[in-house]
Amino acid sequence: MATTAGTLPQYATNTGLWSWITTVDHKRIGTLYLFTGFIWLLVGGLEAILVRTQLAVPNSTVIDADLYNQLFTMHALTMIFLAIMPMTAAFSNWLIPLMIGARDVAFPRMNALSYWLYFFGGIFLSSGFLFGEAASSGWFAYAPLTTNQYAPGRGMDFYTLGLLILGVSSMVAALNFAVTIINMRAPGMTMMRLPVFIWMTLVISFLLFLALPPLTVALIQLMFDRHFTTHFFIVDGGGDPIMWQHLFWVFGHPEVYILILPAMGIISEVLPTFSRKPLFGYAAMVFAAVAIAFLSWAVWSHHMFTTGLAPVPRAIFSANTMLIGVPTGVKIFNWLGTLYGGSIRFTTAMLFAVSFIPLFTIGGISGVMHSSPPIDSQHQDTYMVVAHIHYVLVTGALIGVFSGLFYWFPKMFGRMLDEGLGKWQFWLFFIGVNLAFFPMHFLGLAGMPRRIYTYDAGLGWDFWNMVSTIGAYVIGVSVLVFIWNFFKTMSKPMDQPNNPWGAPTLEWATSSPPPEHDFDVVPVVRARDPLWYDRDHGLEQPQPTGHEHIHIPPPSYYPIVMSFGVLLMAVGVTTSLAVTALGIPIVIYSVWGWALEPTS
Amino acid sequence: MRMPRGTWRQVATLVGLSLLVSILSGCAISGAYAPMSSVAPASDHAREINTLYRLVFYLAVIVFIGTMIASLWFTLGFRDNGRRQARQFHGNARLEVLWTIIPVVIVIVMAVPTFDRIFAIAEPPPSDAIKIEVIGHQFWFEFRYPDLGITTANEVHVPAGRAASFTLRSDDVIHSFWVPQLFGKVDLVPGHENHVWFTPDAAREEAYLGQCYELCGLSHANMRFRMFVDDTAKFDAWAKNEAAPRSPSAVAAGEAVFLRQACIGCHTVQGTTAAGKVGPNLTHFGARTTMGAGIMPPTADNLAKWIRNSADFKPGSLMPAQATATLNDQDLQALVAYLQSLK
Ligand code: HEC
Ligand SMILES: [Cu+2]
Repeated sequence: MATTAGTLPQYATNTGLWSWITTVDHKRIGTLYLFTGFIWLLVGGLEAILVRTQLAVPNSTVIDADLYNQLFTMHALTMIFLAIMPMTAAFSNWLIPLMIGARDVAFPRMNALSYWLYFFGGIFLSSGFLFGEAASSGWFAYAPLTTNQYAPGRGMDFYTLGLLILGVSSMVAALNFAVTIINMRAPGMTMMRLPVFIWMTLVISFLLFLALPPLTVALIQLMFDRHFTTHFFIVDGGGDPIMWQHLFWVFGHPEVYILILPAMGIISEVLPTFSRKPLFGYAAMVFAAVAIAFLSWAVWSHHMFTTGLAPVPRAIFSANTMLIGVPTGVKIFNWLGTLYGGSIRFTTAMLFAVSFIPLFTIGGISGVMHSSPPIDSQHQDTYMVVAHIHYVLVTGALIGVFSGLFYWFPKMFGRMLDEGLGKWQFWLFFIGVNLAFFPMHFLGLAGMPRRIYTYDAGLGWDFWNMVSTIGAYVIGVSVLVFIWNFFKTMSKPMDQPNNPWGAPTLEWATSSPPPEHDFDVVPVVRARDPLWYDRDHGLEQPQPTGHEHIHIPPPSYYPIVMSFGVLLMAVGVTTSLAVTALGIPIVIYSVWGWALEPTS
Repeated sequence: MRMPRGTWRQVATLVGLSLLVSILSGCAISGAYAPMSSVAPASDHAREINTLYRLVFYLAVIVFIGTMIASLWFTLGFRDNGRRQARQFHGNARLEVLWTIIPVVIVIVMAVPTFDRIFAIAEPPPSDAIKIEVIGHQFWFEFRYPDLGITTANEVHVPAGRAASFTLRSDDVIHSFWVPQLFGKVDLVPGHENHVWFTPDAAREEAYLGQCYELCGLSHANMRFRMFVDDTAKFDAWAKNEAAPRSPSAVAAGEAVFLRQACIGCHTVQGTTAAGKVGPNLTHFGARTTMGAGIMPPTADNLAKWIRNSADFKPGSLMPAQATATLNDQDLQALVAYLQSLK
């Protein structure tokens, strides 16, 4: 591994800011994703707490309408694009090579590019707050409220350009993940032996690169309507606002599965390990996910049942939506089947994973209720839907992320998170989410609209809003317990063995944390759940002979430079086009340098 | 596998808790406690939707309690107690087929009445239905009765027992029109025309409450309206009054101020030269029970403050503030008296 001219030298030591900026190691990029995502989770959580504070009592004046609209809009955008997606991407980054027995992802520099685009894109999207004009028309940004006439400030420009940058980031990551999973599996790792988490990542990668183009089209059209006097969505010029809704939800609905499927993958790893038995119905689990992904393309208009959709499409989109309940039901039953007959250890990771089942079911059930258009006409845009999404995304996606954090923390950082504090966190979280989100069902049925900064007393909304706000604070405390746990754990020495949980998948075959090249010898896979198979058949993974040729890609600064150029191009649109002009040569320079950079 | 007694107790507690939650929810959303409840129907269509909702709700409760019991039983019942060996099996084809079929059956049970309702709702209204046009504005509702020659705002009256058919449009952004107790919500979309109709049950003194349900800007929360279901005599009297020009006993001094001011560029008062279309028609403003799109009672004090600066009540309001330089306090008092006299 001699250093060739033109490449950065391999690090003497893997520390220091420069080593992180130029890293192309999938584990370090995963860690970057994890920390950045977590910080945004705190920001999004703070936004939610402010929103809930305002809603605690009727006619409250803590926060004014303008700031309130910015807060709930940015809360959704932050949680979806900057917290949950990146944190699941952190697991994908860390685990894809480790779980399939590879030394890195297929395109390590693209991996770094996707992170840095996310890094700058997130800052750009949220920077509107610095000028008191963050996006404030909802994360769904329905035209014409988002056109120049009704949203004259720069808020919507932060939105369109920010999402475009984040879209490129996700696209790059998705391609990278899919190529890696399909091409870089260790000997014996057939598709039907892939860990379910990896299958979920593969499925969402396809969802991502099919879902992002319609969003991109919509964002570019909106940007043109705002800056170049086109009329895609402006009725007076012959445009149609409903077209925005179609384009947005063709992306927006699969996006829901992009958020939830990785969490389902995580709990499909955690449940078997701590039940000490294999996943029930592996093949059905995989096919159910593929079926969900497939159906997710045919349901987008269920977000539009009240827009005056004609009865036939209403019926069809309703039927398709109900059908999603079938593979989802199969998944829930199979998780239950995994628990049945086990010998269950209640670790914190397991508590999060087990609670996923009934809590996600609540969100799933209310989803099936909304799939009936007449019923939806009573629930749409009320707190009933707010309850639904939070049971799916908080007690689904986020619970999955926490479960995964406790489960893989020893692998990632060589230390075990404190289980005592973990249980405190779990129970606070469990109580908090149910206090915060269950009463929203009552509020919705009592007719409370979404996205209102104020409401009158005497509508039966006061009590449950107060309860919900208290719940939000309890969730906040549970997250603080996690932060405390993290710092406490990180101050301890690294002491974890390869496989502290006795888990079945390949990542547990290497050291904790793994060496830079992941595996000293590429592992051999003889069955699904390879480590359990080896254990039960008295087999060993191959040992190093000392003659392995290990190729590790050299670090590169082009990804961050290119991302910075892209950031400048976007900043220009909200300030002066001169900045955009400055960004373009930087991007061209880094494309050039990237193409010619030797890779070994 | 038999459940140990402790597990049974835990499961029973949980079922008890769920029942408690259901009872609580029943109270929380009853029409008496929550006047905007969507499960306290007061019209034919609302009731039919509610029947469907109940069917689905009971199915949901059964599925939920089932999953709850199974998750608790399987987790608590199969706890690692130091002796238990996990049983190694990978699946069970028969069971998996079974629990693919169960959700399919549930879906069919839901889908059939759903389709039935979708097409029933899309039926045209009866020919004797009273026709009302609804136009959404940032941040108020305009109501027109084309057959009765009425244009009014934020308070709409319908006769009991007769179908009311609404044509929905928007003048600016997307809004949504909904009275939870009376019909399923439908959006007001610029460039599109939507429809909804229903037959309200019985006359009632108290108004039904409605509100905008699609984010439409800063004062989305303050875009409310009231729907009165009147008996025929009362409705006819109301309609007759609304169709007439402004009351002859309107305060003349105030009218002079009104006609001098910018008000006429935006507001119509029939019987005067004021014919503006930007804001609500004020011809019978004094007969309304609320002002500012249902956000407060039209007291003299509220009115005076509203005219000075409506954005104090409604951020983003499109009615401009009036400084003392253009409208002195004395004129303001006359104006308020005038508006209140527009019965
Ligand atoms: C630029 C147009 C404009 C001008 C000028 C204007 N208004 Fe308004 N007015 C509005 C709009 C728009 C509304 C509805 C505001 C809302 O509810 O969001 C409104 C609402 C009102 C209402 C409440 C109506 C209701 O049904 O609740 C009153 C009363 C009123 N205006 C009186 C006046 C008076 C008096 C003047 C003159 C001093 C005036 N307006 C000048 C646009 C205007
Ligand atoms: Cu509105």
